[in-house]
Amino acid sequence: MRGKIGFFRWFIGFFLLFLYAPAMLLPIFAFNASSIVSFPLTGFTTEWFLVLFTNETLHLAARNSLLIAITTAIFSTLLAVLAARASTRFSFFGRRSIMGFVMLPMVLPEIIIGVSLLVVIIQMGFELSLWSITMGHILICTPFCIAILSSAFMNLDKSLEEASFDLGQTRWNTFWLVIFPLVMPGIVASLLIAFTISLDEFIIAFFLAGTEPTLPVYIWGQLRFPAKLPSLMALGTVLLLVSIGLLLIADYFRRRGIRKTGIENTGGFL
Amino acid sequence: MTLPIIRLSGLDKFYGEFQALSQINLDIKTGEFFSLLGPSGCGKTTLLRAIAGFETLSSGSLQIDGLSMEGVPANKRPTNMVFQSYAIFPHMSVAENVAYGLKARKLPKVEIKARVAEAIDMVGLQGFDERASHALSGGQRQRVALARALVLKPRVLLLDEPLSALDKKLREQMQSELRRLQRAVGITFVLVTHDQEEALTMSDRIAVMFDGKIAQVASPQILYGKPSTRKVAAFIGMMNFLDAKVLAASGDNVEVEVQSLGKLTLSLEQATGGLNGCDSVGVRPEMLTILTGSQTSEREIEAEVTEVSYYGDMTYYDVKFPSKEDPITVTMRNTAGREVLEVGAKARVGWSTSSLLLLK
Amino acid sequence: MVGFQKWRRSESAQGLFLISPTLCFALLLLAVPLVMVAALSFWTQDYLTLDRTFTTANYVTAWTEPMYQYLMARSLKISIFVTVATVFLAYPVAYFISFHVAPKRKAMWIFLITIPFWTSYLMRIFLWKVILGYNGVVNGSLMGLGVIEQPLSFILYNQNAVVLTLAHAWVPFAILPIFVALERVDRSLIEAAEDLGDSRLRRFLRVTLPLSMPGVIAATIIVFIPTIGDYVTPRLVGGPNGLMISNMIELQFKKANNAPLGAALAISAMGIVTFFALVFLWMNRKYVRGPS
Repeated sequence: MRGKIGFFRWFIGFFLLFLYAPAMLLPIFAFNASSIVSFPLTGFTTEWFLVLFTNETLHLAARNSLLIAITTAIFSTLLAVLAARASTRFSFFGRRSIMGFVMLPMVLPEIIIGVSLLVVIIQMGFELSLWSITMGHILICTPFCIAILSSAFMNLDKSLEEASFDLGQTRWNTFWLVIFPLVMPGIVASLLIAFTISLDEFIIAFFLAGTEPTLPVYIWGQLRFPAKLPSLMALGTVLLLVSIGLLLIADYFRRRGIRKTGIENTGGFL
Repeated sequence: MTLPIIRLSGLDKFYGEFQALSQINLDIKTGEFFSLLGPSGCGKTTLLRAIAGFETLSSGSLQIDGLSMEGVPANKRPTNMVFQSYAIFPHMSVAENVAYGLKARKLPKVEIKARVAEAIDMVGLQGFDERASHALSGGQRQRVALARALVLKPRVLLLDEPLSALDKKLREQMQSELRRLQRAVGITFVLVTHDQEEALTMSDRIAVMFDGKIAQVASPQILYGKPSTRKVAAFIGMMNFLDAKVLAASGDNVEVEVQSLGKLTLSLEQATGGLNGCDSVGVRPEMLTILTGSQTSEREIEAEVTEVSYYGDMTYYDVKFPSKEDPITVTMRNTAGREVLEVGAKARVGWSTSSLLLLK
Repeated sequence: MVGFQKWRRSESAQGLFLISPTLCFALLLLAVPLVMVAALSFWTQDYLTLDRTFTTANYVTAWTEPMYQYLMARSLKISIFVTVATVFLAYPVAYFISFHVAPKRKAMWIFLITIPFWTSYLMRIFLWKVILGYNGVVNGSLMGLGVIEQPLSFILYNQNAVVLTLAHAWVPFAILPIFVALERVDRSLIEAAEDLGDSRLRRFLRVTLPLSMPGVIAATIIVFIPTIGDYVTPRLVGGPNGLMISNMIELQFKKANNAPLGAALAISAMGIVTFFALVFLWMNRKYVRGPS
């Protein structure tokens, strides 16, 4: 028994070190005084964070990314609500294959999505713009949102709807009075996950970016310049904190939803 | 006496090829406690949901209070339902749950408040008004579900296996409480259950269903005492069956040849489901007696005890009749001084021709 | 007409109606583009003019040119290595969380596993470059400890680095499905096996592992398919010998201005990956009996 737990403890210890290695280095280099990203550390500074405040290009890229992420979050959640509701509540012709198709972008290599959208946009003679990136992001975020919302809708006892209807409410009011409040935590979680994925997405953005870069495209451009690296580390730290913050909020709402529907919390994140 | 509150005629329901209900004809009287009883999958819940408006009928007609319900959605029907899972809105308090239907009717706030308080009182949940619904026990949820439906004063209250989620003790308590409540409000209750004991103790009348068809509609006593088919007899309580052959019928008398018991003359009334196709004779275990000492009975038969199950107040014996393979069950009350027999003992079993039923 | 009226109110119609916006979006932005890529792969391009006569020349190039063959084989090899490494890394972790962590703390552990995934994608890859580099963290520590005298050069700018970085990126995605499958394993089955006299190892091999196979299969598919499409990792840590087919696809679409060849390469890569995934699924269905 002891030997077995010992093995696990070592294995898990190494695994966590491996898993967290990059994330731990990020803040270390962000606060490191040296302008070269390597050991040994030379001293503490907040200079690299201050640089972020004055960088106009960065602000523009961040603004673009925020705009795309917010739009993506809203539209992919909307599309996912419809799909999740349809697939969990109704049985219809071809449900499995339709859902499989809609969920496909989850396993499709992003480069394929990027390439194919690029082909369409060029063939149709459209301009590459922030809109083209947004479309691509909605496409890849929707499956994640559906996964979250499906479990929210699935936890919903069908008889709750019937009870509302039986007690004299209309279908429309039933949706707003019963279903919506109960899946609300799922919707918030879905919005946040889509927002986070879109904010960090690079491959599609890189393929479809016109003249206006998103944050990851901007970062990609800067990675070539060693002098820019420390401030990139600072930026990465900020982004990591934002992501974790959003995820904690999403998880809080997911848990609240589980509590509300009275189902035992056994699942993990995502 | 008066018009039936619910009249079902020629009801059919198909799910694709599968026929869930076939040719249901049924009248439910105003103010009665009516039960739909049957094994799972017999269509009883489908029938209840069809009355509520959650299932559309494939054919046939459904009238509630003399009005056809064709095309009338669930939210416009004068029925309310207590769901098997209770379907208590988890994001609302007890009072909000009870007020839900009244709000849908856009009643004035003062009236809603008064009626909610009254309904909560009626089901014995005083002081629980503001309790969050996920903090309620099973029995309390059931009461909220009842209050929420009854507060709307429906013409018919539909109950879908409302007691199946409760433990035995609570279930028995709720049975008598439901009965009391039904008498107090005078509303027609239609209960779906697979528990024959529950149906027998609570109902005015019971419809027994098998495979989407109604097998018999009767009061509990008639259903138990005079089941119309062998299948109903086996489902309601225990029944021993012996092969039988009708030899002749004249006037009120039927002559039958019964396995182990020999040639008998029965009254035509004992063929509860009609004489046609009768091939067995049924007798309830409590209608048989194991005779001791000098006890005598109208008729007697020698048998051998093959199994003894002691229940404290009762003893269940399996006994073997001559020329019958399957054992016959006899239940005996363990009254003072009565000896419990052992396996292998010889027993004299007493019976009477009047306790036999001729069944198909 | 009456039939249509009835159909419109049916469950099937309501479901289809509800899902139609999502479906239309996916058709428009996924099916149509994929079809167009497929069409493009049969055309030719001379700088900016597109020739729409049907030809299989792109496929002939993609499948016969040694460079493409080589890249394809290498991509496949890296993907397989990454998948195997990821699943072998993920299984013990998922097992640990499922069997040795108190139920209350399981969600926290899963959260712990997913946090690093939310570090900026590019930064994460770049930081591996810092960790594995010539003057990097690994070499620095090893030299500081006196284990090595010269910095190790075989750990960056090659396929090992690509496999390591990709495994790091995908391991949370492999842990989750395996964990879910392990959670579903009825603990009394394992006790039953113990009761019937199986040793710890045999219990694991005969009960736990087969029952958690659906999770392993899901993990394999989830990791294997997208891995082949990654082109940032090879670009940043792969060096010239670590490049993969997606880098070539990107090159054809962007700098080389030969979109049709890029399309043919993309379709070929997809086809090969799908083929391997299907073979894998088929083998599992045939040899592993899990709960359906």
